[in-house]
Amino acid sequence: MSFVLDLFTMGAVSAGAFFFLAGTLGLLRFPDPLTRLHALTKADNLGLGLIVVGLLPQVAWPFGAFKLIAVWLMGLFAATTVSQLMARAARDGGPSP
Amino acid sequence: MEIADFLLAVAVFVLAMVALGLIRILRGPAAADRMMAAQLLGAGGIAALLLLGVATEADAAIDVALVLALLAAFASVAFVQGASRPDDDPSKETHRS
Repeated sequence: MSFVLDLFTMGAVSAGAFFFLAGTLGLLRFPDPLTRLHALTKADNLGLGLIVVGLLPQVAWPFGAFKLIAVWLMGLFAATTVSQLMARAARDGGPSP
Repeated sequence: MEIADFLLAVAVFVLAMVALGLIRILRGPAAADRMMAAQLLGAGGIAALLLLGVATEADAAIDVALVLALLAAFASVAFVQGASRPDDDPSKETHRS
């Protein structure tokens, strides 16, 4: 049972790391701000989400897991808010540096 | 306990990806692009802290990740607020769609 859970953790955490790889490559290679934002949100939501899901079997059941889920929800709310604001800033010609 | 070693390796990988993404801060071109790299740093930092916290059984690292999630959101919101304030008054806030 513990072996199966460890296998699940390895799979989900690896998938999360892959999305961080994809997000970084997209941020570096995509041509304009909106496509870069698209790549960034993949890393934010899927990367962090899969890593949190993978870590869930490794922590103490109720409170450790709830705290991890709280971190994930916090990151998710932040990512959604920020990506809306950032997309508006990029659309309006970009703020002056 | 080899799952901890695996989690540490993934934490290092995620941090390497985020560091690679920081090249976008050098290249720009718009300030929004630079802020996206900082946002990726926030998400990657949260993921790495969670991985480290679970791998080394340091519960405090998960609290730090929660605080980082909060601060990364505030940093980006402050950026968008500050960037859109100076030259145009809020009365001509338009939604061209």
